[in-house]
Amino acid sequence: VNAEAAPPPQTSGARLWLLGLIPLALMAGIVVIFAALGAPGLAERRGPPVENLVVDKIALHPGVIQLTVRNDGPDAVSVRQVIVNDGFANFTSKYEQLTRLAADTIRVDYPWIEGEAYEISLLTSTGGVIPAEIPVAVETPEAGPGFYGLMALLGTYVGVIPVLLGMLWLPLLRRSKPSVIRVLIAFTIGLLVFLIVDALLEGIEIAGQGSQAFGGQALVYLGAIVGYLVLATVDSTMRSRGQAASGGAKAGGLHLALLVAVGIGLHNLGEGLAIGAAYAAGALALGALLVIGFAIHNTTEGLAVVAPVAKNRPSLKTLAGLGLLAGGPAIVGAWIGASAFNGSLVASLLGVGAGAIAQVIVQLAPFIRNEAGQFLYPKSAGGLLGGIGVLYATSLLVSV
Amino acid sequence: VVAFTRRRVLSSLAASLGAVAAGASQLGAAGTATAADEMPGMDHDPAAAAAHSGHAGFARGGIVDSAANGFDPSLIVRDFDWGRTSKLADGRTLREWNLVASDKEIEIAPGVRYAAWTFNGRVPGPTLRCVDGDRLRIRFSNGSAHPHTVHFHGIHPSEMDGVPGLGENIGGGLIQPGQSFTYEFDAGPFGLHLYHCHASPLAAHIAKGLYGMFIVDPKEPRAPADELVMVMNAFDTNFDFGNEIYAVNTVGFHYLNSPIKVKRDALVRIYLVNVLEYDPINSFHLHANFFHYFPTGTSLVPAEYTDTISQVQGQRGILELTFPYPGKYMFHAHKTEFAELGWMGFFEVEDQ
Repeated sequence: VNAEAAPPPQTSGARLWLLGLIPLALMAGIVVIFAALGAPGLAERRGPPVENLVVDKIALHPGVIQLTVRNDGPDAVSVRQVIVNDGFANFTSKYEQLTRLAADTIRVDYPWIEGEAYEISLLTSTGGVIPAEIPVAVETPEAGPGFYGLMALLGTYVGVIPVLLGMLWLPLLRRSKPSVIRVLIAFTIGLLVFLIVDALLEGIEIAGQGSQAFGGQALVYLGAIVGYLVLATVDSTMRSRGQAASGGAKAGGLHLALLVAVGIGLHNLGEGLAIGAAYAAGALALGALLVIGFAIHNTTEGLAVVAPVAKNRPSLKTLAGLGLLAGGPAIVGAWIGASAFNGSLVASLLGVGAGAIAQVIVQLAPFIRNEAGQFLYPKSAGGLLGGIGVLYATSLLVSV
Repeated sequence: VVAFTRRRVLSSLAASLGAVAAGASQLGAAGTATAADEMPGMDHDPAAAAAHSGHAGFARGGIVDSAANGFDPSLIVRDFDWGRTSKLADGRTLREWNLVASDKEIEIAPGVRYAAWTFNGRVPGPTLRCVDGDRLRIRFSNGSAHPHTVHFHGIHPSEMDGVPGLGENIGGGLIQPGQSFTYEFDAGPFGLHLYHCHASPLAAHIAKGLYGMFIVDPKEPRAPADELVMVMNAFDTNFDFGNEIYAVNTVGFHYLNSPIKVKRDALVRIYLVNVLEYDPINSFHLHANFFHYFPTGTSLVPAEYTDTISQVQGQRGILELTFPYPGKYMFHAHKTEFAELGWMGFFEVEDQ
């Protein structure tokens, strides 16, 4: 048998394009003919229409309960009547009928009372019932300048200030031996491992709620892959440019710090989303305890940002920039979470954050190698466990 | 206990949909302040506004298309079917009716359709009326896709009772699709009764619409009056053994939109039957007036002078009253849940 492959025939670019497009064109043609003939050979689906309407969001304004719904199912759904706590209620909506993936806002006139519970049934044209529940009725805050200001303040308290405070360990780090720095980087990796677990679990929880039409929990994993690949690409691009410019590994520490700051920033974006959404739903007491808890929790993140630059001499401006990059997204997250919460979006963002952090860990890992070239030795393992343990312990202080 | 079933099923449904409901409310973030501006389709028609400001009602002030349904609760309320009459050799009156069962989709609330089972294409079925001692002959033809029976309340022989397994020797019992059978018996006792399908599963066969009123007048007729038929019923539209829509004569809030017109100072007699399934008790309450109540209508002496009575499943009675003032007077179930889910209406009293 002649195992040698024949050399590919010489073909022009246009011809190659044509060869690629022919199967696609045929496929499109068949789809059109199939649809035009009304799917020959296939009977209509047996049984009644599948009504899979999902209540994505409920907002409460004086005298009005507003439900955002999306049709996750294959068939069109018509909400014809609305029952609130065993009574028909008047309502308005934009569309008579919702086709697959279409969304609508249903405004129900109802004199709801703060602190009470409501059970809502959306009655469809076939008599089906789409249930929704308000465990505790609280007015949804109006998105105005004051509201955005409050969310910015909250994001600053729980994100920016603690991270910047944590970075004040830099002078201490400068005076530390390389072996201590290695342990601190191991500690940082431990922190990041905890953040990955946290982000994935939170993403999966949020993805499981509301509309599943855009992929549900798959979004978290896809987001993680995207986050990992994007950060890896950014990193390799920066690395090749940096080497061309300075020709040395001197900028390596700053480069790592930047990656850590991006990873932690993405994590804080998710944290801000959770805080903002909880506040909007009235499920969050803006007490001192919450702020103190987050401050302690996030201060360690500041340490993680500066650990890689212990041997560099970054300017104050650079350090402030790193701190804002790591902590600032908490503000943005709080704004989005409180005003335009969308479960699918948040789940994907949390996934992206987790993937990015995983990429940061891959970048940091070589720096915990000791003189003997070992990765895991008592001190590095201790640092890793310490990082996980500190975030675990401080996470007990906050509950969103 | 049954009263809680609906709520329990609803909440377990909510739970089974993942954290949909809980999550939506827990994470339910602020809608934008401009939500109203985003909805050009919002209707502000006067009917909707009236329905909202005054009292409970269906959304958008919508009404059910009675013409498409083939029956109108405004006509059913005064529709009595005396049958085809002839004289028997012994001088008694023979009354004959045809009852045809059929499967039919009806609209029970604006835009909400229900796959009903009907007698003569309507829910409730025709109000069969006769006089104590008449000979009755009811020819039942089953045009439905399911086996049915007609079970009359009253006094009659076992084989005429319309129960599966009884009277099969003469072609009775369960009547299969395409088959027919003639129920024949003497009318009695006088009073207000009902008929309904007695095929298994019972709750489904009744709840889907196979029921009607059966009135046996006393030999000495009651005083002339403006007589009204009210069958208190409900529909389980999502098959969770709990009702979504309650009504009198099938269409929720019908008499709220089209009040029952009566004359001032004229005697009004209401024949009231409760055929509710899934809920154990129904009630009738009249605003700004009182009535004499004749339970089951089997006595000519009223048992009570009141403005609220309750009836369990299958219970019935006759109400007599006059309206001394003109204007609109509400009537509804005093189980307010049923009232706000459709069982609510108006009398409109006009001067003679």
